[in-house]
Amino acid sequence: MSEKIVTLSDATFDEHVKGSDIPVLVDFWAEWCGPCKMISPVLEEIAAEHEGKIQIGKLNIDDNLEITRRFDVMSIPTLILFKDGQPEVRLIGAKPKAQLVEEISAYL
Amino acid sequence: MTERRKVVIIGSGPAGLTAAIYSARATLEPLVIEGEPSSNSDQPGGQLMLTTEVENYPGFVDGIMGPELMGVMRSQAIRFGAEMRTAKVSRVDLSSAPFSLWIGDPNADEPTVSADSLIIATGARSLMLGCPNEDRLLGYGVSTCATCDGFFFREQHVAVAGGGDSALEEAMFLSRFASKVTIIHRRDELRASKIMQDRARANPKIEFLWNSRVIDIMGDTKVSGVRVQNTLTGVESAVALSGLFVAIGHEPNSSLFKGQLELQDNGYIRTIEGTSRTNVEGVFACGDVQDDYYRQAITSAGSGCMAAIDAERWLEEHGE
Repeated sequence: MSEKIVTLSDATFDEHVKGSDIPVLVDFWAEWCGPCKMISPVLEEIAAEHEGKIQIGKLNIDDNLEITRRFDVMSIPTLILFKDGQPEVRLIGAKPKAQLVEEISAYL
Repeated sequence: MTERRKVVIIGSGPAGLTAAIYSARATLEPLVIEGEPSSNSDQPGGQLMLTTEVENYPGFVDGIMGPELMGVMRSQAIRFGAEMRTAKVSRVDLSSAPFSLWIGDPNADEPTVSADSLIIATGARSLMLGCPNEDRLLGYGVSTCATCDGFFFREQHVAVAGGGDSALEEAMFLSRFASKVTIIHRRDELRASKIMQDRARANPKIEFLWNSRVIDIMGDTKVSGVRVQNTLTGVESAVALSGLFVAIGHEPNSSLFKGQLELQDNGYIRTIEGTSRTNVEGVFACGDVQDDYYRQAITSAGSGCMAAIDAERWLEEHGE
């Protein structure tokens, strides 16, 4: 994974997401999820193209049930965009890059 | 500038990737337009990307995970020189060869690619119920992907709508997590294969709700139940549950070709029996987009091989 993407956990989520000056897009994923694998390279591209404007974080739901439950994630991949620690945009399911960028464009 | 190719393949499931392996080995340098990420069986890798264990693909004694199988097929195609492009075709013009394909803006003056021969392997996608609240609750208890979302329904009651192999596979998979799985089927017999029926009936967590169809989904922020109607008596009832998995069948991804290729009444592309040829010379179809009967990974792969050979011979005959 590119170093532009941060790995989040139950323990580090609040520190990273609430403490961030820029919006954080969190990818709730798991190893066994095919569509999660499909969007992984897309997120790497977005992280590289919008460096400094948005932080992308990945949270493995198998290992981090507390945060997964806190945001009622029931389907993966789910992407949630946090601004000032608050969830602002929620995207469910794998989507093409252009559509993902469009949906979060107000925060880029 | 429009890029010129001898062979363009649209789609990257077993059919598209097998066609890519064969035409790459024939040094035709195929371009595979593999699709874009999505969670409804219209994505790179095709429907197997949404499955877990594939047990009936020859060559894998202990089975193989669907996404892994597609990953190795893709690598195999690349090894022989196939070029993969993660994009979607937005428009085609098949009125004269070379055929024109647009990626991105369908109204652009110039097509993105022009193809001497075209192999269509766009597959099929899951049908949705079309009942109230289905869209609103998708991702909040309504799902088309048990392998993606089953994990979230530990010790809960869920339902699967459908009666074919994929519905029973989803139910079997969900029974690992859920406390109870109800299969809601509109008839009183299943379309699924005997082995899957036997397994499902033997599973103590699985029960059947026959002659029933889902007519509404209840829940404010997440699914709390469904309303079902008996297809014989018309009587409606409510079932409390927290997840609904939709597996009622598929429709072909053929809308791109409507009006340009001959389709069957059900939307599948018509091919000349025993070949992959469509009614347009130089355009070939393989996999689920032209097969409403077998619909297996191995038959898709086989028909992808046929399409590559048909395209190669057609190019030979029509000179370059």
